Amino acid sequence: MQGLRSAFAIAKKDLQTELRTKESINAAASFALVILVLFSFAFDLGREELYAISGGLLWLVYSFAGALIVNRGFARELPNDCLEVLMSSPAPAWSIFLGKSVAAFFLLLIVELISLPVFGLFYNIRWLQNFGSLAMVILLATWGITVVGTSFSAVTVNVRLRELMLPVLLYPILIPLLIGAMGTTTALLGGESLGGDNIASLRLLIGFDAIYTALALYLIDFVLIV
Amino acid sequence: MFAVAADRVWKYFGDFPALRGATLEVRAGSCLALLGRNGAGKTTLLRIFANLSKPTKGEIKIHGRTGYLGHGIGVYDDLSAFENLVFFGELQGVANPAKAANEALERVGLGRVKDGMAREFSRGMRQRLAVARAFLHKPEILLLDEPFTSLDDKAIAVLQSLLSDALAQGATIVMSTHQIREAMELATHVAMLERGKIVHAGPRAPEMLSDPAWLYRTYGEIQ
Repeated sequence: MQGLRSAFAIAKKDLQTELRTKESINAAASFALVILVLFSFAFDLGREELYAISGGLLWLVYSFAGALIVNRGFARELPNDCLEVLMSSPAPAWSIFLGKSVAAFFLLLIVELISLPVFGLFYNIRWLQNFGSLAMVILLATWGITVVGTSFSAVTVNVRLRELMLPVLLYPILIPLLIGAMGTTTALLGGESLGGDNIASLRLLIGFDAIYTALALYLIDFVLIV
Repeated sequence: MFAVAADRVWKYFGDFPALRGATLEVRAGSCLALLGRNGAGKTTLLRIFANLSKPTKGEIKIHGRTGYLGHGIGVYDDLSAFENLVFFGELQGVANPAKAANEALERVGLGRVKDGMAREFSRGMRQRLAVARAFLHKPEILLLDEPFTSLDDKAIAVLQSLLSDALAQGATIVMSTHQIREAMELATHVAMLERGKIVHAGPRAPEMLSDPAWLYRTYGEIQ
């Protein structure tokens, strides 16, 4: 119970400092918006082609923005050696990791909620249809990105080129998640409802989240204490 | 009864043994000054006691809540002094973090500026905030890595007063230091590390107070 309370305190602290400084959320939101706007000018696509690439485009943007968010996860603890104080506290390593993942999850969700209407506007895509199902896909895939990203943020926290290393490690692991999220999102934006192949993709997202959350919670102790 | 114990602890960084079978017992309620030259292994041993590092070989035993004051001040620049202490109080499982934070801030003389951001504080104020953070949860074991280094006069006075009070209340203190005079005023016991080995551990002798270099002359070199 104390572990969960610690996780909540860490998530609250991370959100509080990030919303105060806006270090990563400004960068991620600007990046997502610029990429969406630039792509809308770069290609002259027909309506069907637009719908065909919509899920892929959206999740590429979200995963790149996600890397900017999760990169700050453990790096936020480096000034003044705050990570040492966290590690020497009774808070178990898993609760530190969980708190940071939850904070990154909400920050990435904010970026996604800002960029989704812009995406709909510039690409003339009706994203509000099937919004319930789309929201479920977004929540599941966002958690997957943040949980894996926060794990690698811990791995690379003391690496000099961590901004470069994190995406190199992160994206290959995210491939199954992105395949599932992109396929389902494309189908949902195209007006299909959840069913058939989409259910399989949804199961893939749930399975990915469950496996990587469990793995990360178990292994984080070995990553943080050397 | 010991509060902190290391039993034949080895720690390798790559091929380099920073600790070589260090064995040490710190009695509950005592204040141990951990002495040794740079690179002797003091910080490595303290970090292992503080759960920041794992021994490669050997065993560590800790009996009680620990508070750690390392080289960094360990506070967040973008939180106020009060928010910092409330956060660390929550992490430490303090029953009423806000009350504890207010008391700790008053104790170190930061009560009037408790809503100021840590980044706006002077160096001395930040150091006092770090001291307040380390003592916030009334730890039974205090692990202090060179606590007097680069502290201003006021922060040294605050720290010495807090340490004396903690000792009087039965806390155990383990501090690594190069400032032998300040350390000897508080220490009840002394341990000397030399190239990763404990070469001396025992009660503070009177000659250590009058002649701080005596310890290094007597135990300072492994033959």
